Amino acid sequence: MSSNTALQGGGPVTRRNPVSRLWNDKQTRSVIVQIIATVLIFAFFFYMVQNAIANLERLGKDFDFAFLSAPASYDINQHLIEYDSRSSHARAMTVGIINTLLIAVSGIFLATILGFVLGVLRLSKNWLTNKLAHVYIEYVRNVPLLLHILLVHGLLVHSLPKPKQASSVGDVAFLTNRGFFMPKPDPEPLFWIVGVLFVIGLIFTFLFRRYARKVQDATGKIYPVFRIGVIAVVVIPSVAFILLGMPVNWEIPELKGFNYRGGMVIRPEFIALWLALSFYTAAFIGEIVRAGITAVSHGQTEASLALGLPRKRTLNLVVIPQALRVIVPPLASQYLNLTKNSSLAIAIGYMDITATIGGISLNQTGREMECMLIVMALYLTFSLLISTFMNWYNSRIKLVER
Amino acid sequence: MSTPEQKYAPGTHPDLPPPFASTGPIKWIRENLFSSPANVTMTFLAIYALYLILPGAFSWAFSDATFVAEDRNECRALNSGACWAFIAQRWQLFTFGFYPPDERWRVVLAFVLLILVVIALLWENCPARKPLLILACVFPFLATWLLLGGFGLEKVSTDQFGGFMLTIVIGVTGIALSLPIGILLALGRQSNLPIIKYACVAFIEFIRGVPLITLLFVASTMLSYFLPPGTNFNLLLRVLIMVTLFASAYMAEVIRGGLQAIPKGQTEAADAMGLKYWQSMRLIVLPQALKISIPGIVNTFIGLYKDTTLVIVIGLLDPLGIGQASLADTKWQGLSSEVYLFVAIFFFISCFAMARYSLYLERKLDTGYKR
Amino acid sequence: MNEEATQERVTHTLGDIAIKIREMHKWYGQFHVLKDINLDVQNGERIVVCGPSGSGKSTMIRCINRLEEHQRGDIIVDGVELTNDLKNIEAVRREVGMVFQHFNLFPHLTVMENCTLAPIWVRKMPKAEAEETAMKYLERVKIPEQAHKYPGQLSGGQQQRVAIARSLCMNPKIMLFDEPTSALDPEMIKEVLDVMIELAREGMTMICVTHEMGFAKTVANRVIFMDEGQIIEQNEPEEFFNNPQNERTQLFLSQILQH
Repeated sequence: MSSNTALQGGGPVTRRNPVSRLWNDKQTRSVIVQIIATVLIFAFFFYMVQNAIANLERLGKDFDFAFLSAPASYDINQHLIEYDSRSSHARAMTVGIINTLLIAVSGIFLATILGFVLGVLRLSKNWLTNKLAHVYIEYVRNVPLLLHILLVHGLLVHSLPKPKQASSVGDVAFLTNRGFFMPKPDPEPLFWIVGVLFVIGLIFTFLFRRYARKVQDATGKIYPVFRIGVIAVVVIPSVAFILLGMPVNWEIPELKGFNYRGGMVIRPEFIALWLALSFYTAAFIGEIVRAGITAVSHGQTEASLALGLPRKRTLNLVVIPQALRVIVPPLASQYLNLTKNSSLAIAIGYMDITATIGGISLNQTGREMECMLIVMALYLTFSLLISTFMNWYNSRIKLVER
Repeated sequence: MSTPEQKYAPGTHPDLPPPFASTGPIKWIRENLFSSPANVTMTFLAIYALYLILPGAFSWAFSDATFVAEDRNECRALNSGACWAFIAQRWQLFTFGFYPPDERWRVVLAFVLLILVVIALLWENCPARKPLLILACVFPFLATWLLLGGFGLEKVSTDQFGGFMLTIVIGVTGIALSLPIGILLALGRQSNLPIIKYACVAFIEFIRGVPLITLLFVASTMLSYFLPPGTNFNLLLRVLIMVTLFASAYMAEVIRGGLQAIPKGQTEAADAMGLKYWQSMRLIVLPQALKISIPGIVNTFIGLYKDTTLVIVIGLLDPLGIGQASLADTKWQGLSSEVYLFVAIFFFISCFAMARYSLYLERKLDTGYKR
Repeated sequence: MNEEATQERVTHTLGDIAIKIREMHKWYGQFHVLKDINLDVQNGERIVVCGPSGSGKSTMIRCINRLEEHQRGDIIVDGVELTNDLKNIEAVRREVGMVFQHFNLFPHLTVMENCTLAPIWVRKMPKAEAEETAMKYLERVKIPEQAHKYPGQLSGGQQQRVAIARSLCMNPKIMLFDEPTSALDPEMIKEVLDVMIELAREGMTMICVTHEMGFAKTVANRVIFMDEGQIIEQNEPEEFFNNPQNERTQLFLSQILQH
């Protein structure tokens, strides 16, 4: 290579044809590739839509959501809002949404508690409980959720007594294979005082925590925030409740004919789904919690103890904040899984989104596309909400790193 | 103050045994079961719980169980425990579904070949690995031929597939296909071409945002709308496509985690050496990224494998479906616990084996390259 | 040491221009990292680049093999202009070797495989030949016995020598060193510097970002001082160290030579 060409700096570029030159230009190539990708994607969708239109025409169907306002004419045995068979499909869908949310929220609640207990047991120094928790987790994680649901449902339906031989809890609640019948609270007028005290307690605790933090910053004095909070939120309303003469009436279920009437009932489908979902998810949460706590290096604990912080404060100020950073993202995705898994309800006839709009409504109206689109859109919405929360939380707690 | 005289000259101190009672079983029990009052309580609670559960479960499942009987009533008459006679009578149905009995050797053969292939793939020093790996390449075609027939074998319709065989067919196909698709999706998501990137993101997030059940419903009810009028393709095939797509979205996320864990220096070094994009991915990045993500990949496999049970909601007869169908038989009504436990044991064994393998790999990889 | 290698390197005479940078600018987002860089490197020249951290030295040499893209100005390496053209980039990278601060060896490949990877896939060399070359260079960096180990089994100094051998296996015309000794323990720095000094003696064109002033004094033809994305001063080592012109250079030198 002579110094002359070096100075002009043409290089291999000048010796090639224009097509090769275009293809080998980084920017042009990326544009070309993306154009091709876009065309392929659009062609694919266009082809599908085209087929869908042709197929609908052939079957004499249209694409229309008007059916939502037509009467659903089927029953839903668990509805938290007014519903009967004359209600519309939209109403049925709403009932389904509420039922899904109900199972998701109660499942998340129980699964979190059980999961943290399992995680702590897995870390405990007690060999026996540690191993038992391990065996439990391994069993639950390696068997399909649907099986757990069916197994629990089968056990409930087949081994719980019929209403006539119901096992009662203090003659006010009854456990039968038709469900768990409980007294229904019916608050008297004065009950609102208790409610108000409870809300005041919450607000007070929140404000007091901020105040305590401020005082601590300024003077170094440390208030027992947790204890005072418990007093404000739990103790005071309870005392008021007793002093007011317990202003709540209970409607107790009674056996009439073959079943109980009155009170509240939790159906076996709900119980089966709830227990199975929670116990299943708890096994995963347990492992997440264990991993999160072990992820905080032992050096952190040692450093904190060496600084003279007592064990409890070490846990509160050093270990837990760091462990949460590791725990929360997978925890949120477990919550998401639980919500999505609640769609297995259809296997035992719990009427959630999938079973109402994606199941019976779909079969009755024959509107597969509309129904499936609605169902998927609903689940996508839940997922988006949970992952938005997760992103927000992650960005909030992200370690400041270079 | 005088320091005590040293018993040994510096550098000659021998190793002494530890003081008594800091070793041995007594110490172990004290430390692991009775180290504190809370621990004592927990230990006794655990023992009590075991006492409540184990003897009852044992007698139900074994000592009080019936293994031979004609129907449920006979079972109940003979003994109070589990009625395994039901399983004993129907295990062929649970294994092969409605596959024609005379052709079942084909399923068995395909399964044996599958085992050989899996051993060859997983065990680096297995004897005759080379020919087995060649077998692995042709296995998909071979197995399809064996199971479906044609070319000299009697044809078998996929409607007749069922039981554990169906589980394994769906599981293995999904696993084998979702890995390559997942890799492509993960690379796409990491790409710096925005359209490719967002197409992959949209696909992955969509699939991960909806439950598998809805996708299976789509496969069974809606998919045919999107195909040219008049095409009617096999339900099993549609299910396989959906399961594969579903698993590959999760796979993509697992692999993306692995890709992100590879330091940037690796691609830079590969670039600096003049490797092209696909070369540096194939030779440098993917081997490392896949290795790190093996535990996650196996977990996805386990998830997919467990999810195959969902096909019953669209009417395929996997073991659970067979079980439910059998339970409808008046002769055997009410034996759900036996059926579900039986199927649960099958899943537990296969999933637990996979989980252990992944744990073993994780430990092996943990030591890194310091062999 | 071996004559043959020395012979091989002196194919281009001193005076040909290996690298030519003209009015080159680079930004990271809004941040102007490199400002109006002009630099000519002759074949066989050994250049040491120094400067405070964040001054853009690494970015500059990473622009030379296009690990970083510059936004304005020209860079011509070995007669090939660096543009978006992928063929040109590949051509440059084939001829320019690079050694990184953190070695960047491929942990899943043995030392030998690390060395033969690029010759096999980029130069399309037969495997046996590639291994022979690799062995030659591993001997040259004095670790032939480690050839079949994995990088994780080697000490930092050994890893960096492997990284140098890996680059040499491509038979590059120019070598870039990006703080090659910064991640090393003190006792290992010397073994790496020895290899580099030897390479310099054989006439390799080298650009080296480093704080090893001893190395600069021994082998460099020219020392470049950068600060805040600009080349502040360049001179022969003797002049540079004994008689720095710019105030910032003086400050920098006083800080690193204090101890």
